[in-house]
Amino acid sequence: MEKQRERGQLALLLLPSTLWLGLFFLAPLGIILVISLVQRGGPVAWQLDGSAYVRLLDPLHLKIFLRSLTLAVLTTFVCLLVGYPLAYYIAQRPPRLRHLLHFFVLLPLWANSLVLTYAWMVLLRPEGFFDSLLHALGFAEPISLLYTPTAVVIGLVYWYLPFMVYPLYGSIEKFDFTLIEAAHDLGATRFQAFRKVLLPLTMPGVMAGSLLVFISALGTFVVPALLGGDKTLMWGNLIQQRFLSTPQDWPLGAALSLAMMLFMSVGIWFYFRVNRESA
Amino acid sequence: MNERSLSTTTRATVPIHRRATLWDRLLEPVLGVNACFIYVFLYMPIVVLIAFSFSASPFSAVWGGFSIDWYIQLFQDSEIARALRNTLIVASFSMLFATIIGTMTALALSKFQFRGRNAFETTLNLPIVIPDIVQGISLLMFLVLVVHLALGLPTIIIAHTVFNISYVAVIVRARLHGFDRRLEEAAMDLGATEWQTFWKITFPLIWPGILSGALLAFTLSLDEFVVTFFVTGPGATTLPIQVYSMVKRGVTPEINALATLMLVASILLVTLSILLQRRRSS
Repeated sequence: MEKQRERGQLALLLLPSTLWLGLFFLAPLGIILVISLVQRGGPVAWQLDGSAYVRLLDPLHLKIFLRSLTLAVLTTFVCLLVGYPLAYYIAQRPPRLRHLLHFFVLLPLWANSLVLTYAWMVLLRPEGFFDSLLHALGFAEPISLLYTPTAVVIGLVYWYLPFMVYPLYGSIEKFDFTLIEAAHDLGATRFQAFRKVLLPLTMPGVMAGSLLVFISALGTFVVPALLGGDKTLMWGNLIQQRFLSTPQDWPLGAALSLAMMLFMSVGIWFYFRVNRESA
Repeated sequence: MNERSLSTTTRATVPIHRRATLWDRLLEPVLGVNACFIYVFLYMPIVVLIAFSFSASPFSAVWGGFSIDWYIQLFQDSEIARALRNTLIVASFSMLFATIIGTMTALALSKFQFRGRNAFETTLNLPIVIPDIVQGISLLMFLVLVVHLALGLPTIIIAHTVFNISYVAVIVRARLHGFDRRLEEAAMDLGATEWQTFWKITFPLIWPGILSGALLAFTLSLDEFVVTFFVTGPGATTLPIQVYSMVKRGVTPEINALATLMLVASILLVTLSILLQRRRSS
């Protein structure tokens, strides 16, 4: 009797989210899978066909995948390179300042990302902030970074740096710094103490931050759309174009979406594997 | 814990008996400079944008004098007013739906063990992980091909509610984590119904979590662009969509003013949400 009542309550509580997510999230993902497996034409013909996955391997698309991967890896690397020392620095401050510094790294994450990307357009565009600043300082040669891969990496690092610092800070803050002293006492140089003690013990933070930045940068759409122009298309832009711009190719767009998710799943799987091994 | 003792020991990582190398002396300043550069990098675009929105020469690094012309132009723009109205409608409804559904889900997950719980939790977290472009495209395809729903404000509300349910559930669950179940049991033993127990015991104790989830949902909806971009229809322009199309048409001083207002609004809302989350029930 009690059991039955509990069961009814559970069903009632879970019904709305199950319906909503099932209908408007899972079912749509299923549709994408179906679309990827049918024929192209007007813009889809309901005829089973795997050719979308062959078109995926077109050199033109491979070039865009490669660019996306390169930019995502580069972004991750830059974030790690500047984010690790920053997280280390913050973790070494007195508690009050530490919380404040940490908060101000995370704050931009909550601002409207589209607006922040626009702000970078204002900074980077010809006759924009940097250009006119250089001009006022007496440099005649204008720099136009907007619509270049560099601009995309700047925008991506800007967006995802907090994603890197957050987990890094979490693991560095927990680190027991007396271990470094112990390493020094045993004759380790600073670099050795870093490589053999600090880095291995903060590896979970490094891995988590890198994974977050990498998969987010890989799936990005807004940054290359605004800062990259037509010459620096990334994976996300390709998906959008195959669905919405001519020549439309929905099956290809669907296959591209699934491939993107597959790539990210591999990253996440790898992360959990490494984590389990090191634990 | 022993934060103070930790911070004092960390200051002296160089043992006294070892001679300080060049590295030891350089490390601290180098780290400090790196930190300064990063904070400048993070806040320069925001500061420049705000400054430009009040500058008579709205794009030049040379200050052109103070002006609120762009704000006046912005407020007279009927397109912007309509986009603002649409944004608020979408944010309010998706917040309402997601808060109710997300809270119910969090309650169920904290209270019951059931078969398929892992699969359910994974699905619940997926909308946070899956790239927004895939979410947008897949929902668009579903709406167009399967349910034949006209695109517009309702479809945007549906889309925003999906990811907002996940976020609200995460936040309310965190709040329920430290919640003492025995309080509910005591109320039930004293003869309260489930419904009474929820409103008299559970809700008063977890409302900061619910409110902070609701605020976050509102803010996320206010700022959402990519998913909206795909499921929006004619006449259903929200502010981010408006900004995007204005930017695509060409950079104008009005966008600076609009962008400044949006930045300030979302930062205020999220700060409020974080403060609420921190608040411990007394």
